[in-house]
Amino acid sequence: MKRTEMCGRVINSIKLTLPSYSVNEGIARGAVSAFCAQLDPTAAELGDIKCALSEAVTNCIVHAYRDTIGDIYISVDLLEGSVVRIKVKDRGCGIEDVKCARMPLYTTDRAGERSGMGFTVMESFTDSMRVSSSKGKGTTVTLYKKIEGR
Amino acid sequence: MVKDNKLFSYRINNDALEIKMVGEIDHHSAVSVRADIDAMIFEQRPKRLILDLSEISFMDSSGLGLIMGRYSLVRELGGTLLLRSPTAAVTKILSLAGMERIIKIEKAFEEDDANEEN
Ligand SMILES: Nc1ncnc2c1ncn2[C@@H]1O[C@H](COP(=O)(O)OP(=O)(O)OP(=O)(O)O)[C@@H](O)[C@H]1O
Ligand SMILES: [Mg+2]
Repeated sequence: MKRTEMCGRVINSIKLTLPSYSVNEGIARGAVSAFCAQLDPTAAELGDIKCALSEAVTNCIVHAYRDTIGDIYISVDLLEGSVVRIKVKDRGCGIEDVKCARMPLYTTDRAGERSGMGFTVMESFTDSMRVSSSKGKGTTVTLYKKIEGR
Repeated sequence: MVKDNKLFSYRINNDALEIKMVGEIDHHSAVSVRADIDAMIFEQRPKRLILDLSEISFMDSSGLGLIMGRYSLVRELGGTLLLRSPTAAVTKILSLAGMERIIKIEKAFEEDDANEEN
C-alpha cells in the first residue's frame, strides 16, 4: 500500500468505546462490519477485516486487561481512495518488546491455549499494521485495508 | 451425557466422535465450548475426533488455539483429529497457520469436484 493512500482525507468515521468483556468481541465485529458495508466489500475483504479487528480486540481483553476490566477504544475511518483505517487502543499493561510480540507463534499465554498468531493474522489480512506500545500505559494497533469492492 | 451446546451438536459413530460446530469461533465462544468438548472426549475416549467446520462463518486465532488444544488432548489419549469441510474464511486462517501440515483436513465435496474439473 502506498504511503499517500494511508493519509487520505477522512470521508466518514465511527468511534466505539467498549468495556473489555469478551462478549464485546462479536459486538465490535458487527459494528465495524456495518460501517465497512458502505464500501460494498467482497465477502473475503469483509472477512479479513472482521478477523483482524477481532484479533486486536481480543488482545486487549486477554492481555492488556488480563486481570481487570478496562475500556477498549476503537475508531474506524473511511479514507479517500476506499481505504479503511482501524485503530484499537487500550490503556492496559503494554508490550515490553513489540518486535518480538509480532513474530509468528510468539505468545506469553501458553496456559490459555493461545496460538501466538494474532499479530500475524492482523498483518497478513490487512495492507499495513502499526503497533505502538508503552509498558504500563497501553497499546495502539492501527490497521489499514484498501477495499477493491465488488 | 453432556447436553448439546448451542454452539455445536455431536454424534457418535462407532469409534468416532463427530462434533459439528456452528456460528462464530472467537475467544468468547471458544472458552465456553472448550469445557463441553473436553468433557465428551474424556467420556467417549474416541479413536477419531472429527470437527465439522462447514457451518462456521467466522474464526480467528482463538479458534486455532481451540483446535490445537483438542488435537493435543486426543493425541494424548491415543486418538486422531480430522477437520471436516472448513469454509473459505476458515480455510484461509488454517493455511496461514500451516495447520494442514499438522492436522488432517478433509475438504468439502463441492470443492473436490471443482478441482477435478480444472
Ligand atoms: N494489547 C496488548 N496489550 C498487552 N500485550 C499484548 C497486547 N497485544 C498483544 N500482546 C502481547 O503480544 C503477544 C502476541 O500477541 P498475538 O496476538 O500475536 O498472540 P496471542 O494473543 O498470544 O495468541 P493468539 O492471538 O493466537 O490467541 C501476546 O502473547 C501478548 O504478550
Ligand atoms: Mg492475540
